[in-house]
Amino acid sequence: MAGYYGGVDVGAAAIKSAVINQEKEVLGFAVKKTTTNLGELAETAFSEALEAASLKKDDVDYIIATGFGRDNVTFAGEMRTELSCHAKGGYHYFKYLKKPMAIIDIGGQDNKIIKLDSQGKMTNFKMNRKCAAGTGAFLEEIAHKLDVPLDKMDEYARKATKDIVLGSFCTVFTSTEILGMIKEGETKENMVKGALISVAKRILEMEILGGVIILTGGVIGHNPLIAEILEKQLNVDVHIPPNPQIIGAFGASLLALERHPDRS
Amino acid sequence: MPNNSRPKRKKIRATARFKALMEQHFREADSAAKDEKQKVAWCTSVGPAELLTAFGFKLYFPENHAAMLGSTRMSNDYIPVANAAGYSPDICSYLTSDVGAYLKGETPLKKAYEIESIPKPDVLAYNTNQCRDVQEWLSYYSREFNVPVVGVNSPRAVDVLEEHHIRDAEEQLRAMVPTLEKVSGRTLDMDALSEAVRLSKEATDLWRDVLNTAKNRPSPLTFFDGTIHMGPIVVMRGMQAAVDYYKLLKEEMEERIRDGIAAVDDERFRLYWEGMPIWGKLRPLSEQFASLKTCVVASTYCNSWVFDSFDPDEPFYSMAKAYTEIFINRSERIKEQYLARMVEDFNIHGILFHDSKTCPSNSNARYGMPGRIREKYGIATLIISGDLNDLRCYSEEQARTNIEAFIEQLEES
Repeated sequence: MAGYYGGVDVGAAAIKSAVINQEKEVLGFAVKKTTTNLGELAETAFSEALEAASLKKDDVDYIIATGFGRDNVTFAGEMRTELSCHAKGGYHYFKYLKKPMAIIDIGGQDNKIIKLDSQGKMTNFKMNRKCAAGTGAFLEEIAHKLDVPLDKMDEYARKATKDIVLGSFCTVFTSTEILGMIKEGETKENMVKGALISVAKRILEMEILGGVIILTGGVIGHNPLIAEILEKQLNVDVHIPPNPQIIGAFGASLLALERHPDRS
Repeated sequence: MPNNSRPKRKKIRATARFKALMEQHFREADSAAKDEKQKVAWCTSVGPAELLTAFGFKLYFPENHAAMLGSTRMSNDYIPVANAAGYSPDICSYLTSDVGAYLKGETPLKKAYEIESIPKPDVLAYNTNQCRDVQEWLSYYSREFNVPVVGVNSPRAVDVLEEHHIRDAEEQLRAMVPTLEKVSGRTLDMDALSEAVRLSKEATDLWRDVLNTAKNRPSPLTFFDGTIHMGPIVVMRGMQAAVDYYKLLKEEMEERIRDGIAAVDDERFRLYWEGMPIWGKLRPLSEQFASLKTCVVASTYCNSWVFDSFDPDEPFYSMAKAYTEIFINRSERIKEQYLARMVEDFNIHGILFHDSKTCPSNSNARYGMPGRIREKYGIATLIISGDLNDLRCYSEEQARTNIEAFIEQLEES
């Protein structure tokens, strides 16, 4: 029993991995773009996390896989859904607040809202419907349309001079709406902020939010302005844990620590 | 490697009899359609089957055919055909599957029984107690085959069932008689009608008994079994064959209880399925629940053919009452009370609401019901987006994750 635990989150847009110790500290993590060979990518992502932690695979007592491609992680001992893993990871950082929480994960292709009681137990959850509105895929489409690097959207949006409200729900219709704005000479900055406001609106449409609000996932990692937009809308503090993109993998490693079969 | 082993399916012995009965049903309708002396009536699933049977019609149920199209996953070949013919992808996908198959001249009856085509109707009968789509569906075939269509336009979304609701439906049932007499060439035999209602009552009581065996822990049957074995209560109401079949099935379920045979091994959680089945995905869903040691023990859908009010002494009135008071035709308040009762009766841990894209009438997650149920009764709820037949509206991956996460939530509570 070396006392190290791993989590691998095979998401639609990125594969994330994390390794923790018994004190629940993240010793290493990695993020890889999701392409085609999920099993191989998961191996690579986990190896990179181990390398960052200066550990070997044999040092890890138990690994849990999560995310849509969780079945492809052949070296994991168990699978749990990303809902449970984000809940676990998000709760870990804010449990000191001792209040019910809503964890909002804005992912590459879906959004999740997970409600927890003050003990961190999942009481209800919702995933967005099949449509990609308000997810990372939506922002990718807008970034592509506006020729803005995906990782610079937050920077652009912060230079906006006004809040644009995009009326369409559908990603393709929003793109058409953006085309109309381009024709009228609207600035990229304002349109990018409009897209981030749209992401926040989609979240607010999913569920009535209360308690401690926590945002996780890659989209919030790259676009923390969304948290500020939500704070303004909800008039409450919105929390972002460290490394929000790896919270699913971190939660999986916390579950690995809790659930590994040899745990005394 | 994290992998859930594939659970072993437990076969119900009565299935052999079920298959023979269903084959007989379709063969009789096929023969009747080819015999000038016999008449065929098409009927909606909670339409006036007893009345049609009393007139000696051989019955055929388009919804049953549409469910076959769904379960064989043929629907997705036919829905686009109906869409192209002007039937929107947003309306009932039973209708669009069936109309599409008709336009292509194909049917699952060919592969199942080597029956070349659906039986040509002499008359069509509907009841809008389920939805208005059935009216348009049968009206389409009325135009196609140039035969009369009769129907009950039920009072909808009934809260407290009142006498005037029942009298309204009763009057409309009685108004069908002249047309049915003309088409059948017979006058209405009230004794035959009473007998059909009596047999329906007997069959429906037995069907309820079968479904109620799932109150046992562990349950001897699942919702997925129910969606198959409900065939006779839908298509053979008013007939002795349905009574005999459900006696047989009931005996087998009681035997399972006596012998401690569970439909799902090591049953941990008991769920309720609210809404339509996802016909093309019954098997993977059934296997997923079994692998999670979770039994979907009850449903509104299978219970939709439990009619308490049939009374052979008052056939028209009792048919009107039975057809009008069904769950799908009730207000949110009544539906909520019904679900609360079912949760208690069947020891349910959670309710899964199937929000069926093309079936608003039988999707009960659209007016805040899951939230109210959670708040009032403390029962966990899950909403799955999908459709009864149109698999373009269903994301298998999302549903799988939602179901798994729901079980993880139940594990924590």
